Amino acid sequence: MPYIPHTEDDIKSMLDTIGVDAIDNLFDEIPADLNNEELAHIPQGINEMQLNQLVESHAANIKNHSNFIGAGSYEHHIPAAVWDITSRGEFLTAYTPYQAEASQGTLQLLYEYQTMMAELTGTDVSNASLYDGASAMAEAVLMAIRANRKSKTKRILMAGTIHPYYHDTVDAIVRNQNIELITLDIDYSKGTTALESLDKYQDEDITALVISQPNFFGHLEDVDAMTDWAHAKNCFVIGCVNPISLGLLKAPGQWGETGADIVCGEGQPLGAPMASGGPYFGFLTAKMAYVRQMPGRIIGRTVDAEGKEGFSLTLQAREQHIRRAKATSNICTNQGLLVTAATIHMSLIGAQGLQNIASTCHHNTRVLLDSLIAIDGVSAEFSSPFFHEAVIKTPLPASTVLEKMREQGISAGIDLSIYHPQMTHSILFCVTEVKQDSEIEAYANALRTVLIEN
Amino acid sequence: MSNIPSELRYTNSHEWIRVEGDHVIIGITEHAQQLLGDMVFVELPEAGDEVNSNDELGVVESVKAASDYYAPISGTVVESNESLEDSPALINSDPYGDGWLVKLSLRDESELNELLSAEQYAEIVSED
Repeated sequence: MPYIPHTEDDIKSMLDTIGVDAIDNLFDEIPADLNNEELAHIPQGINEMQLNQLVESHAANIKNHSNFIGAGSYEHHIPAAVWDITSRGEFLTAYTPYQAEASQGTLQLLYEYQTMMAELTGTDVSNASLYDGASAMAEAVLMAIRANRKSKTKRILMAGTIHPYYHDTVDAIVRNQNIELITLDIDYSKGTTALESLDKYQDEDITALVISQPNFFGHLEDVDAMTDWAHAKNCFVIGCVNPISLGLLKAPGQWGETGADIVCGEGQPLGAPMASGGPYFGFLTAKMAYVRQMPGRIIGRTVDAEGKEGFSLTLQAREQHIRRAKATSNICTNQGLLVTAATIHMSLIGAQGLQNIASTCHHNTRVLLDSLIAIDGVSAEFSSPFFHEAVIKTPLPASTVLEKMREQGISAGIDLSIYHPQMTHSILFCVTEVKQDSEIEAYANALRTVLIEN
Repeated sequence: MSNIPSELRYTNSHEWIRVEGDHVIIGITEHAQQLLGDMVFVELPEAGDEVNSNDELGVVESVKAASDYYAPISGTVVESNESLEDSPALINSDPYGDGWLVKLSLRDESELNELLSAEQYAEIVSED
């Protein structure tokens, strides 16, 4: 469809028809002080050749550091085939197609994605994805409020070790829906949720408990004990997990006696590059008993009138085009392209590959942590087991250390005082399978030098 | 013309009400189930839930739509028809019998006077 702008004559004719003198008059109810003046700091346009030259000159100054930052976005190897296949014209759309059933290939892919995610998380059903991990957690909370019929309070216990951005996102989405978020204390020696902080809610009506595994610090929660505690009091368990970690860790569907009720998380580690924070995708899976409260699209497998296999959108009666304000969510878009990449990625690496990646991530993190705490004055902040992130305590403020490390071409982690103000000397770092021994060694050597010289 | 038993009371939103002592049984009418089509799922309230008249009690979901049903009167949920969880089609096959939805205790008998008679409901159905 060509883009043909309105001509001056078109605009004048439209304004005459509605009896308005100027376009600006259509906006005169906006107070003048809210109007932006000219955007003087935005320069005039330049042509394509000039633009290329400008961007190339900037690009020349960009230095790619050796990256050890995780904290929600993770650097993994993505086989070239993943995006080569994903970029094919047949797949290259971000949307569930309108008249969805005409696109059987896309629906089959989403069905396979759902099957893989349900298996990976140890649950019965998955939707076709959500925007990102943080909004998936908010949707999981809203789903628990709808599905937990035994609870009447709309009170949610949030582990204090959940990623701060996830906590903020959940808060922003549920705050005005009469839902109370209660943050549990952190055990600052272990780096996990303080289990005794659950005690005071023992006799209270709580709708759901949200746990992150691994948590923001990369450490492992006692998910079995927490899950059983919650289920004994008719409280739902929402598990937020890193999909790569499930190559090593117990699937949330197996937590405790009966497993997490709803599982959510960030899909980025499955085939999406760390590109300026996105686009990523969120996943959401659950026990079958709660499928009707699940937001988003769900693809089902069926047979057509001739008995041939086919795929279709299912459980649509709960969606917004039918239920309007009472829909289970107003999300009708999934992150189709990222999910396509994730599905191909999972197909290529397979279950054994995922185990290998997870083991290598953990091993590399262990190796780096061991060599860092061998440096004078450096210690491990927390005592509990971890996956592929951990926290070190340094004699110098974390901000100083990180700056000096950057000068040596190493992005050594994040300064935890940004999120936990008292943790001024603590660095959260991540090591994945892409880090070679030499890079890990270079990190330890650089830190040793920084500490000696300062 | 669908069946509208004369001994029951009705609402504009197509619930029927049978008074049994100080309890009422609630269901959806034959007309409503015909409009909705084959039932695939019923969401029921929990025993003990307190409701006011016109509160949502639950959701009936058919192949075409998911629709709320409402408490015609104020009261406490005494029992829900759990056989609907496995056999929602009972609403289609026997809307005034085995397809009942919820049993409520009656809080304020005067609310019954606000319900529609079979004749009044028949008029509404004929206008649909």
